[in-house]
Parts: sequence; C-alpha cells; structure tokens
Amino acid sequence: MQSSPSFVSGPWQDLIQVRDFIQRNYQPYDGDARFLQGPTDATLRLWHDVLELMKEERQKGILDAETKIPAGLLAHGPAFIRKDLEVVVGLQTDKPFKRAIMPQGGCRTVEQALESYGYTLDPATKETYSRYRKTHNQGVFDVYSKDMRAVRSSGIITGLPDAYGRGRIIGDYRRVALYGVDRLIESKRAAFLKLEDEVMTEKVIRQREEISEQINALKELKSMAAAYGFDISQGAKTAREAVQWLYFAYLGAVKEQDGAAMSLGRVSTFLDIYFERDLADGILTESQAQELIDQFVMKLRMVRFLRTPDYNELFSGDPTWVTEVIGGLSEDGRPLVTKTSFRFLHTLRNLGPAPEPNLTVLWSQKLPDGFKDFCALISAETSAIQYENDDLMRVHYGDDYGIACCVSAMRIGKQMQFFGARANLAKAMLYAINGGRDEKTGEQIGPRTEPFHGEYLSYDDVWERFDRLLDWLAKTYVQALNVIHYMHDKYNYERLEMALHDEEVLRTMACGVAGLSVVADSFSAIRYAKVKPVRNKDGLVIDYLVEGEYPAFGNNDERVDGIAVEVVEHFMAKLRHQKTYRDSVPTQSVLTITSNVVYGKKTGSTPDGRKAGIPFAPGANPMHGRDKQGAISAMASVAKLPYRDSLDGISYTFSVVPSALGHEASEARRNLVDLIDGYTGAGGHHINVNVINREQLLEAMDHPERFPQLTIRVSGYAVNFIKLTRDQQLDVINRTFHSCMQC
Amino acid sequence: MFDKQGCCESLEGVPCVHERGRAQDALDQSSVKGFVHSYESMGAVDGPGLRFVVFVQGCPLRCQYCHNPDCREPGGGRELNVAQVMDEIRHHRNFLHHGGVTISGGEPLLQHRFTAALLKACQAEGLHTALDTSGFCTLDHASAALDCSDLVLLDIKNFDPHRYFEVTHVELSTTLHFAEELKRRNKPFWLRYVLVPGLTDNLQAIAELAQYLTDFPSLERIEILPFHKMGEHKWEALGYPYQLKSTLPPDPALVHEVKQIFSKAGRPVFS
Repeated sequence: MQSSPSFVSGPWQDLIQVRDFIQRNYQPYDGDARFLQGPTDATLRLWHDVLELMKEERQKGILDAETKIPAGLLAHGPAFIRKDLEVVVGLQTDKPFKRAIMPQGGCRTVEQALESYGYTLDPATKETYSRYRKTHNQGVFDVYSKDMRAVRSSGIITGLPDAYGRGRIIGDYRRVALYGVDRLIESKRAAFLKLEDEVMTEKVIRQREEISEQINALKELKSMAAAYGFDISQGAKTAREAVQWLYFAYLGAVKEQDGAAMSLGRVSTFLDIYFERDLADGILTESQAQELIDQFVMKLRMVRFLRTPDYNELFSGDPTWVTEVIGGLSEDGRPLVTKTSFRFLHTLRNLGPAPEPNLTVLWSQKLPDGFKDFCALISAETSAIQYENDDLMRVHYGDDYGIACCVSAMRIGKQMQFFGARANLAKAMLYAINGGRDEKTGEQIGPRTEPFHGEYLSYDDVWERFDRLLDWLAKTYVQALNVIHYMHDKYNYERLEMALHDEEVLRTMACGVAGLSVVADSFSAIRYAKVKPVRNKDGLVIDYLVEGEYPAFGNNDERVDGIAVEVVEHFMAKLRHQKTYRDSVPTQSVLTITSNVVYGKKTGSTPDGRKAGIPFAPGANPMHGRDKQGAISAMASVAKLPYRDSLDGISYTFSVVPSALGHEASEARRNLVDLIDGYTGAGGHHINVNVINREQLLEAMDHPERFPQLTIRVSGYAVNFIKLTRDQQLDVINRTFHSCMQC
Repeated sequence: MFDKQGCCESLEGVPCVHERGRAQDALDQSSVKGFVHSYESMGAVDGPGLRFVVFVQGCPLRCQYCHNPDCREPGGGRELNVAQVMDEIRHHRNFLHHGGVTISGGEPLLQHRFTAALLKACQAEGLHTALDTSGFCTLDHASAALDCSDLVLLDIKNFDPHRYFEVTHVELSTTLHFAEELKRRNKPFWLRYVLVPGLTDNLQAIAELAQYLTDFPSLERIEILPFHKMGEHKWEALGYPYQLKSTLPPDPALVHEVKQIFSKAGRPVFS
C-alpha cells in the first residue's frame, strides 16, 4: 500500500473499504467554531471573477453551450478560471459555465434545450444520435405501453426520467483519493475475472460488460487528470492532493452524466484525516486548509447542465443537487463531526450563501453542542442548510451513507437507486371519484369503473375506489420505471459512477408521492365535514363544496394525521407487490422539490376545498395556512409519517421570520437547535430551515439584481430565489411563514 | 355573568368569565374548565426557550394596539378542561426541554382558577411555567396562579397613570400593586413594554418606569415589543374601531433610544 505510514492500518489496506479507513483514522472534534479562518485573498479574487460570470449567466440564461462534441471525460481539454489563483483545478468543459451536451440520453432533448437558448445542434452530431446511435429516450418510447404514455401525459405521474439523466447515484469519489486509480482498476479486473467461467446468462453478460465499461472510464479518468498535469494512478499523499483527486473523480462524473441529482456523498470527515495529518506535520496552515475547501466548494457551485424549459419548470433554479452530508454519528457512538465539517459549513460565510453544494447536516441528538450551535448560526444567516435525522437513518444505512438529491439515503459505494419521480395521489383520488376519467379533460386514463353518483361523498366508498385506483397506478408506475431503467442501463450507463461502487450493489426502485396533505385533508373533509361533488353536464365531477369544518393535517390532530399515515403505508404496500427491474427494492419518498406547483396546476379541485390549479404543499408539508397552531404542531404531524414506509425520504420545509425565533441571537440559536432536536426526536426525517422575512422575498422579486445570492430552501434543495419562476416565487411567499404571536 | 367576588369587581361593565368548576376541587383537571382562544405551539418569544403558548379568552383591558382583540370577550373560544389542554401540551413535550408553557391571552388572570390549575398541572409534569399578564388583577385572585408560575411576563402598558388609562381604559394602580407583590414574593419576572409611536413613546414616563424598576431584585430582563399592525385585520373583522390606522411601527432610532432609557434599570434590555 502506497499511503503514508502515519495512517492507522486495517482491512482498508487490502480491500476497498473507505469506511474502515475513516473509522480508524478520523479525529472527532467537539469544540466550537473559533478556529475557523476567513477566505484567502486568492479565494476572494477568484470568487469575484466567478460571481461576475454568474451574473452574466443570469442575464443571458446560459453563458455558452457546446453544440457539437458530445460530453465525456476526454471531450474537452483542461480549462481554468484563473490558473494562478486556483488551488483546485478542473472544469466540466473548455470554458467556465459552458454547458456540455449529452445526447446519449436523448437527442431531441438536447436539441430542444439548445434551441431554447438560441443555439443549434451540429447537424453531424444530430445525425449520429438520430440515425446511428440509439438513445435512452428512444429506447423507452419504443417500449412504453399505452397506459404508460397516458399516465405520463395526463400528469398523474410526472417527472419520469425518460428524457433526462436519472441521477441519484453517488460514486464513492473518496476511493480515488485513498487508493489511486490503478488500484481501483486492479480490483475491477479481479471482479471481471471472477465471472470468467460463469455460464453466460444475460445477467453475467451484462455484469461483464458493465465492469469493462467501468475500467474504461477509470482509464479515461486518469488521462483527464493527466491533462491537468496530475498523476492520479496512486493515492493522494497530501491534503491538497486528496481534495484534488476527489474532485477529479467527481468532475469525471459530471463531465459524463447530467443526472438530475449528481450528489457528492460524504467527503468532509474523510478529507479531514488528510488535513489533520498535514496540519500536524506543519505542511498546511488552517488558512490553507480553509482555502482548499472554499475553492473546492466554489468548483461545486459551478457545476452546470443543459436543461429543457420543461425540466426547468419542474425543478426550477438550475439545481444539480451536489449533496454533501456532514456530521452524524459513528455506529460506535462517536460523532463524525470533524473540523472539516465546520470548514464546509463555513464556506457559506466565506463565499456567501448559495444553494450548491446541497449541504445536509445529519442530525443526531448526540452531536456535540458546539457543532449544533454553529449549524443553527449558519442556518439563521443563510437558510442554506437542510437537516436529516441520523438517529433514524443510521439504523437502516450504517454510518457511511450519503444523501442523493434531497432525502434519499444510500450506503456510499454499496447502494444505488433507480430514481422514479412521483405519483400524484391527489389526482388519483379524483380519478377514483370520476371512474378513472381525468377531471380536467374527461379522458379515460385509469380503468373504467362506475363513477360516484351520490350527493355527498362517503368516506368508505371513496376510500375503496381510491384503493382500487392505486392498485392500477402502482402497477403502471413501477412498470414504466422498469422500462426506463432498463433502457438507461443499456444506452446511458453511468460507467464512472458505478466504477466507484462495489461490484454487487443494492438497488432500490425509488418511487414517490405528491399531494399527501391534499389527500389527507380531502379524506378528513369527507369524514368530518360534508363534501358535495359538483358535476359538469357530462357528469364529470369538477368541483367540491365543503360544508362545515374538518381537522387539517399539520395541527397534530390524530384524526387526520392518522389518515396521512394510512395513505403512506397503503401506497407503499402496493409498491412492494410490484415486480421490479434487476430485483430492485421498492421504496417511496414524500417529496416534491419545486414540482408541487406544476402538480397543482395539473390537478383539478379537490374535496378538501382546494381549487383547481392551486399548488400543493411541498413534500410532506401541511397545506398553506391550514397549520393553524404553529410550527411545532406542524412538525409533530409530519413526524408521524412512517419512515419505514418511506425509506426514500420525507421532506418538510420550515420557514420562520428571524424575530420569531427569539429576542436574542444566542437564544434564537438554541431555540432552533431545540426545534430540530424535538422534530428528529419525534421521528421526523428531513427539515429544511428558512430563516427569512417575507418582505425580503417580495423585494427580491422586484429587484433581483440586489439579491444575487439570496438562497432559500424548497423541498429537499436550496435555490437562488431569483432564479425561480414567478409562479414558484409566489408559491414560496404564500407558504406559511411562522411568525411571532406576541399577545 | 358578573363575578362579584372576582378580580373584575372594579371593572364596571366588563363581564367576568364564569368558571364552571369552582364549586368542585380546583385541582381536579377534568372539572376545572376555561375558555381557550387558541394555541401557538412554537412560541419562542414568550419566555425562555421554546414554549407552548395557551391563549385564553377574555381581557378587562381595552388596549388600542391590542393585536388579539379576538381574545377580548370572555366566554368566547372553546371551553376546555385542564386535562384536555394538558393532553395537547403533552403532544409537544419533546420540544420544550429548555422552554415550557406560557399562559397568555387575553388576560389569563381573568380566569384565575383555570389558569392556576393549568400552571399547576404543568409544573407537576416538570414543565417550566410562565404567566403573561397585564397584572390587572386583585392579589387575592392572582395568588394561586403566582404560586405555580416559574416566571411572570409583566406587561406594563405605560407608567403615566393618565396615559395608562388612555391606552387601556383601566387604572395603572392595580398593575403596580401586582408588581409589588412580585417583589414581595421575589418572583422572577420579565418586564414587557409595547412601544407605540405617538401613544407609549412618552420618554419621561419611560425614564420614570426604568427608575421604578431598579427597585425590583427579581426583575430579570426588559423586553421592548415594537408596535406592529398584524392585528389590524382582526379589529376590522370584529367591527371594532381601530384608532391606530395611521400609526407606523416605531423607527429603529426610537427603539434604540427607549432601549437606552430602559437600560438604566440595570437589566438586560431586548427589542
């Protein structure tokens, strides 16, 4: 083994086991934030240039785009922002912010995206990917059934990754830093050889082809780094090399794939081991350590993909979900908080707030107080952090998992998921009432059943119809996903990301639901108030009149919270029954990202009194304004949703005005810590924290130029507020902002 | 119903709430009932830490700037017994480790038996208790509630008796008696002062109040609550005439000045 003898030895030297290396070598830090340093002069100058480019990008839509050369590890030579100032190098294309094209996902998608920004796809490239080289998108549409097409166009299933990269795969980028590429290739070769004498079934053939692809990708990665003047065949010897090696690995992934979420994993405590060693050896100062992290993060903030207008409407603000998880506990109870955990969060001060990387604190009741306090401080200042319940997830995923995208936990290098967007359960309820017809078009989408004829909706009757409709929906949904992921593997395989996984990985089929609070409130209205359907002349129910009051989700009221829980359990049970591609394990999330607005637009009036077109609440949030008892009651309701039945995550977004958190800064921080402790202690999975005034958002809508870095968390990620569509900005502003009620 | 023995005795025309459980054991949680306006599950500015705030119904004061005029009338809201309120509080316990429960309103001491029973039940479960009051209550009626309050948030609306009456339509002296009682009991309290431009920004009286407060060893802090208009729509909805339509929130400079004056009381001042 090539690495320095100062590391504690263990099985990690003989096997590819990053976790073992971390566990034997990391030093937990339980102090406060006082050791942190501000940005260096080089960082500030570089960041200044980057901000200027970002400004220009905002004005133009995109700064530049490739129109000819398909993306790849070696598609573009080395490029720099300002070489003399950069301590971490590497860009996705030959110019900062220039967007690559990835036509193997779908040529038409690339063409449309380019056209929407005024660029034209090179005819030769177009011909290649329409005549000679089949794409993922083509493959999917060759196979889709009539039902699959119907659910897709009616919007009962939205956001299927059939025209964009699925993402949500986290390469273990740390492996490149720890082992060097040669060792990883060697290990992949050994895996390949193990399959030498197998019967060549479809499965084995596919495995061998995938491993070959992975080895090719690793070789290209080495060449890519060599072009920048670095030899990454061996493991990193210093902290600076460790950051650079790791970044090269990640850069390779984002050069090659434009997956919806290209998450980073869990790198800070890993890197800290190198930092601590160099600091102890006197070859690194704290300021240099921070500079490495600042500049690394700067690079992560610059990741860009070319997206279509459709995509932008669903996932607004150019998100890339470079999710990095920070903190959590080891299985032996030691906090995984190190000084580099602080350094990562500190970038939000040194460089100012930003949505990326998607900094995710893995919260445990047992995290050190100094770290909790620092998180609260940065949250209050920047609204850029999300929190996820480590005490809940550790049981399922151990202590070396990351978060892909927003809330999807997976063991790093050992697990991946087939991302499956989400089903609109509110629309499903309307289909159930209308005998499978779409409430907006009248078209028969679901199986034809007798529509509801009564004067007032009855709970048992609607539930039974809903139940049958969900049987059909779950089946159609999962089968569509099977098609998508078969074709994705076939035509757009993530060879580098998968090269940084074990040979045997656990795959999940990550389904999701939207509109949970609408459905729960609708059933509650039917049971506790009276709901009268309003029909058009074709007998289609197009509206509902609610007579009386009903308990709404978000007030810690068991009568309706219980319904929400039941809906989650019920749909998950149906998903579990489906046959899945590559024997993936079905899971689900309660998450919408910004698509709650689009889902709302596509859904008619609902029995809870919500009018057609009105946005859903994001993720698992209560509907706007219906959580009348304040934030803790809302959190308590959300925390009841069972994680075991939504292992792909349950997202809750909490917005509060600064003055409502406490009269004094240190009290406000402690209150915020108590809120997160209380929520996670109650079993809540995820919480976005926004500490912001509504007035400031209104001002930013009118004067975006004054708020270039204003960051706000929406369901599962953070965005530059000014990059949201107007509808989405209004949605954010109209959401419940918890404010003080002094009496 | 008018309560001849109650604290509202002196308040002509202001009906006191009728408390159903008084004949029975006041500590029996299911029998002591009160009128509750609403809950705020995340109170972070009504006492230390995160607090579950119970807003009770009914207030003898008629503050011009009141932002909960819908808590004014006794007998409105929901009639609940102590056990029911405790049930609700227990669902939020996880969050209240450094905080507790605050009874606010309205004027909680208008339903002093209910308030006392509720505070006692909270204390019995190890929850920190705070009573948010104008101090407009006879000591006789306040006594049990004070016994069970770990902290009092005392809102003195003005220190000039005439202005006090103008703001609240009741007498200042009752509140000052209440303050003296806090001193006698050495009861920890926070002083709150709502700063309304043109109404309670009489700086001379504020200076006198600050001076007066130097003599209260159990006073822990002073909080200036800058006037805001979040309650205005409620006045309109209730059909009450709102006299502060053209009043704006205080200028930061004014808040700062008042803060300086209050700091002469020798306690931390927050705004």
